[in-house]
Amino acid sequence: MAKISEKKPNKNQARRQNIYMDYGAATPVDPRVLKSLSRFPSEFFGNTMSLHSFGRKAKAKLEESREILADLINAEPREIIFTGSATESNNLALKGIASANRQKGGHIIISPIEHSCVKESADWLEGQGFEISRLKVDEYGLVDPREVKKLIRKDTILVSVMHANNEIGTIEPIEEIGKICRNKGVYFHTDAAQSLGKIPIDVKKMNIDLLTGSSQKMYGPKGAACLFVRKGIKINPILHGGGQEFGLRPATVNVPAVYGFAKAGLFCGKEMRKESEKLRKLRDKLIKGIKAKISGAFLNGHPQKRLPNNINFRFEFIEGEALIAKLDIKGIAASTGSACSSEKLQPSHVLLAIGLAPQKAHGSLRLTLGRWTTDKEVNYVLEVLPEIIKELREISPFKK
Amino acid sequence: MPNNFYTKKVMNHFKKPHNYGRLEKADGVGTVGNAVCGDVMRLYIKIGLDKKKQEVIKDIKFETFGCVAAIASSSAITDLAKGKTLKSALKISKAGIADSLGGLPPVKMHCSLLASDALAEAAYDYLFSNKKEIPSDLEAKHKQISKDRKRTEKKYKDWMEEQKKIMDKN
Repeated sequence: MAKISEKKPNKNQARRQNIYMDYGAATPVDPRVLKSLSRFPSEFFGNTMSLHSFGRKAKAKLEESREILADLINAEPREIIFTGSATESNNLALKGIASANRQKGGHIIISPIEHSCVKESADWLEGQGFEISRLKVDEYGLVDPREVKKLIRKDTILVSVMHANNEIGTIEPIEEIGKICRNKGVYFHTDAAQSLGKIPIDVKKMNIDLLTGSSQKMYGPKGAACLFVRKGIKINPILHGGGQEFGLRPATVNVPAVYGFAKAGLFCGKEMRKESEKLRKLRDKLIKGIKAKISGAFLNGHPQKRLPNNINFRFEFIEGEALIAKLDIKGIAASTGSACSSEKLQPSHVLLAIGLAPQKAHGSLRLTLGRWTTDKEVNYVLEVLPEIIKELREISPFKK
Repeated sequence: MPNNFYTKKVMNHFKKPHNYGRLEKADGVGTVGNAVCGDVMRLYIKIGLDKKKQEVIKDIKFETFGCVAAIASSSAITDLAKGKTLKSALKISKAGIADSLGGLPPVKMHCSLLASDALAEAAYDYLFSNKKEIPSDLEAKHKQISKDRKRTEKKYKDWMEEQKKIMDKN
């Protein structure tokens, strides 16, 4: 049978590049992880609650996963709760702690640059009668631990500050904040969706009581995430049902996704040092190159205290959605905090929180690198980006 | 995003915008929108007379800071307005612009409105500075646009001043 037409690439036509620089939004599944999942549909499909051999086989994989992820953050396996997404983990952390500790008080502290699932959960709790204090951040997006100390009251039940910001990549002083919370007897939650598997996390050393991790940000499949809940923490489930995950997340466990998550965690743990070193080099090359080649380009986020794979720039007189579209035409996948790219037509709350006026927030570009980013790709971006910025500035009334 | 969010026509205009840049010695200039909201559109028009001695848009150019839809709408209105009598060009509606682009996502319809407003403002500028009679509906539209602008300027006072400084420099 004849093959369905396979177009030969035209040599004269420049090949469209296909460069993925949006690892902060989603990562592809590592092929090694995928391989480890091949036997799941036929062999490990059982329900972990079933008593027969099929159920036990699935249950064994689930417990193996728990051990691997516990190891990654220096926790006990019993302290890992699997959920379906980081959004769910963050909802469980905030609402679960709020509902179980109402008697102690109703005061919760969060940072102003949290992911929308923490922000919106806090807003919802506010509507339910809880009091929410929102910390300030400096121009780099850093929380000041002294402010946390100041804001903690007798009725404070939870502090939630993310480990690393998803947009600007700034790494927060988690260990110090954790120490303050521990001394004050207040629970401390950190959303580590962007940092788990990328930079070291030790929940004991960092005084963390609750931590959110996400599979699909670290080369695992979608549909799995975790919430680390330190032993002895008072927390209620937000879903009610059959008692899975120590009663904290009742629902049939998605064992293939969870096992893929754990396998991905295993590789991240093993290769973290080498990988972050490689990414840091590429990141710094991009930052340096963009600054050198493009006028009116300003780095958002902290220059040193930032994720090894995050680059976030603001370009004067540029609107982000148009920039992303131009990059997409050139085969580069990136993201922006511009209002015009969002459903709500609001610029990113993170960029506003670090003090950018809306018209400046519109011109932001986030490039997030990952496992398969190459030096060649970085060079291509450095070649294409200045041209695109020039084109857009040329049709702008703001041009100089 | 652009592939299934925007039509092919929108993307074609965006990729290769028509009639962009500054028009030297323009007879009318209209600027609408503001950078705080993410779009600033400026249209330049050059007016001539046709055989029937009617005012015709002989040339038109745009400068836009904004998203894909804003740039495509600017480009589209220059195509629609070029060569038309001033009277009929002023009848170009936001729906007409969106239609010529094969449609715009609902959340982006305001971009086509911005383009028709910019043309109205450019026409108003031409008529006003040449002391010509201004049709009552154009007068009303101009008043509305000025009112909206003042409201936004008040709302974003500090930020707008910064923007004005930049625009005045040009």
